[in-house]
Amino acid sequence: MIAAVPPPAAPPRYTKKELIADQPTWCPGCGDFSILSVYFKLMEKLQVPHEKIISVAGIGCSSRFPYFVNAHGAHFLHGRAVAFATGIALTRPDLHVFVFGGDGDAFSIGGNHLDHAARKNIKMTYLIMDNEVYGLTKKQTSPTSPLGFKSKTDPTGAIDQPINPMKKVIAAGATFVARTHSHLPNHVMEIMEKAMAHDGFSVIECLSECTEFYPGAFDAANPRKGGRFELVPANHDVTDELAAYRLACAPFPGYFGVFYQVQRPTKNALEAKLIADAQATTGGAGPRELLKQTFQRFQ
Amino acid sequence: MNENKNIAVLPAAGGQPNGMPLEDVVIRLAGNSQDGIQAIGGFLARLAGRTDKEVMTFMTIPATISGGPSIFQVRLGTGEVLSPGDDVDLLVAFYQHSYRDHIGTLREGGILLYDTDHVKPDPHGQRYRAIGVPITSRTIEAIGGTARDKGKNMFVLGLLARMYDLDVPKLEAMLRAYYKAKGDDVIRNVLLAFHAGYGYNLSQTFVFRPARIAGRGGQVVTDGNQAIAYGALAAGVRFGAAYPITPWSSIMEILRAELPKYGGIFVQAEDEIAAVSMACGASYAGRVALTGTSGPGMSLKSEAIGWAIMAEIPLVVVDVQRGGPATGLPTMVEQSDLNIARYGSHGDAPRIVIAPSSVGDCFYTAMEAVNLARQYSVPVIVLSDQALATRVEAWTMPDFDQCVQELPLDLHPRGPDFKPYENRADGIAQHAPPGTPMRDGKYPIVTGLEHDESGHPATRPANHAMMVAKRRQKLKVLESKLPPPELHGPPEGEVLLISWGSIRGVVQEAVDRARANGERVSAAHLRYLMPLQPGLKDVMARFNHIFVVELNDEGLYGYGQLAGILRASFCDPRIRGINKTDGLTFKVREILEIMREKIKAPPAAAAAAGAAEVRQ
Repeated sequence: MIAAVPPPAAPPRYTKKELIADQPTWCPGCGDFSILSVYFKLMEKLQVPHEKIISVAGIGCSSRFPYFVNAHGAHFLHGRAVAFATGIALTRPDLHVFVFGGDGDAFSIGGNHLDHAARKNIKMTYLIMDNEVYGLTKKQTSPTSPLGFKSKTDPTGAIDQPINPMKKVIAAGATFVARTHSHLPNHVMEIMEKAMAHDGFSVIECLSECTEFYPGAFDAANPRKGGRFELVPANHDVTDELAAYRLACAPFPGYFGVFYQVQRPTKNALEAKLIADAQATTGGAGPRELLKQTFQRFQ
Repeated sequence: MNENKNIAVLPAAGGQPNGMPLEDVVIRLAGNSQDGIQAIGGFLARLAGRTDKEVMTFMTIPATISGGPSIFQVRLGTGEVLSPGDDVDLLVAFYQHSYRDHIGTLREGGILLYDTDHVKPDPHGQRYRAIGVPITSRTIEAIGGTARDKGKNMFVLGLLARMYDLDVPKLEAMLRAYYKAKGDDVIRNVLLAFHAGYGYNLSQTFVFRPARIAGRGGQVVTDGNQAIAYGALAAGVRFGAAYPITPWSSIMEILRAELPKYGGIFVQAEDEIAAVSMACGASYAGRVALTGTSGPGMSLKSEAIGWAIMAEIPLVVVDVQRGGPATGLPTMVEQSDLNIARYGSHGDAPRIVIAPSSVGDCFYTAMEAVNLARQYSVPVIVLSDQALATRVEAWTMPDFDQCVQELPLDLHPRGPDFKPYENRADGIAQHAPPGTPMRDGKYPIVTGLEHDESGHPATRPANHAMMVAKRRQKLKVLESKLPPPELHGPPEGEVLLISWGSIRGVVQEAVDRARANGERVSAAHLRYLMPLQPGLKDVMARFNHIFVVELNDEGLYGYGQLAGILRASFCDPRIRGINKTDGLTFKVREILEIMREKIKAPPAAAAAAGAAEVRQ
């Protein structure tokens, strides 16, 4: 975790203005814009030095994210961003990695990686912009498209049971599981800040409307469209896995907020312990010495 | 029998003079996998490494299932040992099936040493000499009644020590050290069995001639996979990720256990794709990372390897080849991943491919792969194979004071002119890992999309052409710095054998044997398979027949994977193949037989005939 510095009296050293890179190529009205601007605000609020910001993405509309942030970024393969970010997170404890992707990346082609990063509790934040449709490729069915959704690959309506993102990540063992909605940027901000502060694998499903191919998908949870934004009940115990699972079972549009949060040692910490223990037994010998000792045994 | 072997011919039976001199012996141990015959080989190998009179190599052909038949072949010698040997001089048969399945490999006049408690050899077998020893009952007698089959391997090791006059005090010290952790009772039983074998009154013994190679010493004994793992550690690799697959797995097992001591991490990933993706991420984060696999995993990793080529990220991918395609032959050898190593990604995706040729070379190849990856910001594929992975050899102790290196994280602030993909003359990318401050406040994006010099996506036609050329140009720069292929034999003659990878030794032995027979044969060995070493064309020009020897299919037109690449590169129709696909290493004899058969037809006529065949 990158420590937040106390609020400065002078103007902030790291401004969100400097973080703005290329004009995003998203369609007008896309929900992803609000997530991008919340990310800028969060980085400014926490005064994260810009060279320490690292945004990783897979493939999809939302995965264009790193190009729009003027900080270090990597645009990896479809579905593999979490695995790629694992390589960064484990070797660079000085950085907090943010992974951005869509429902295709997270729940379809990359579903396996999400499960394993969750169970290993690798320290990073994975923000999944769920629009329930494949937008970049112009309207095919996604793993979260509801039954009956008409797309170019399901012209008569989707027939396959969609994934329930919250259930999946809770079952996989993620230690921070939350849900938000891009139409409510203040809520997105609150959740992202909590996720970043969490020492472990934090997953956020952020409903993010595709105005082009699935307009109005999330109106039911948008108060400005007459919907109801139902927060996770105040008495919900975030450490109760079964209670979290019950929240996840609520019919669409469901609840918003932190469903589940527990502390479990991260892989980062466990690997660091393995290293400390191993180096204690070798007396901190350097690579030359270690190799010489090993090869003496091979004589 | 090996034609050039200077060993006295044994009379068929009776009246053996003992202590017969020899230079070289091939021993095959055949039993079941629980008999511990691999341990016998391991001790013989380590003994060879610790004595100045024997160099040796041996190979295993592993069991297909646990508890099933297992064999193990050792070649001990006092000269240079280049291959595991064609034919067996001594077959040790633990069971009837061991005898039945392997007696055919015993050379004319060789010795069958069998367990009289389990084996009844054909009484009419006249072509070899049979020595029966009650191995099982003598072992039980030595250790005590409840020992059952345990310890037979130690009894046999004792027999071999007697038969070949091996250094018993050194062997004993090794046994004590090896079994130390198992307690005094085990050591006592091990030594009882060993000495029971050593004390057995054998009717035939040999003495190795003194070594012709002077000044050996500082030898280490490892298998090829160990050499790769420690080579990577010496080169400064501190992060790796992989998925278990035979015969790659032992490299990741070593790295998982060793890396924490070096302050590093090895991740067992959820799948092959995750493994290469994690390695890409760690390399991007600033230090060269390693992944590895065998055939099927190469297919799965191909997309990410293409990403690293496009993003110009250094990466080391070890491919311990096995028989393919699909699941193929997990425990057998083939050199059939050359094409996927060179071309295995969509699009034009140039990368570096190098292949180690011996166990010791595995160590240095792993190191070189790391350095080439760093220097050229590109994935480097290391093509080892099952035979090399499990082969144990004695090789010279590396000079760790000289060769060990660290790969520091370079986060120095980059100036305003910094462009990660600047179109420089050498084509090499400049990386600024995350954490690097950028003086002009403009940060780089690393991407698999085609991009401009700053890393931003760019679809302009001229830009793509420029960037494709840039990625190719790096390899041209490397090519210009590579040494010419290594020659074995005179630089001109009748036949040139071209080899790559693990079969270098056996091809060189084939050259030696052919030349002893008056044939004008030489060999060229290629260590770098992409780019190719310069000068091969000039070498080929000085020979009439050119054969690429490789353990892969001869293909539709009579040549294998490297041969096809060489034909395409040099437009030389004289290039033909010596190939086989039985999942085993080449024997010297096999290479020479195919070579002699093929040179009966002149290369031009052969090419014409091939062309005619194609037309039909």
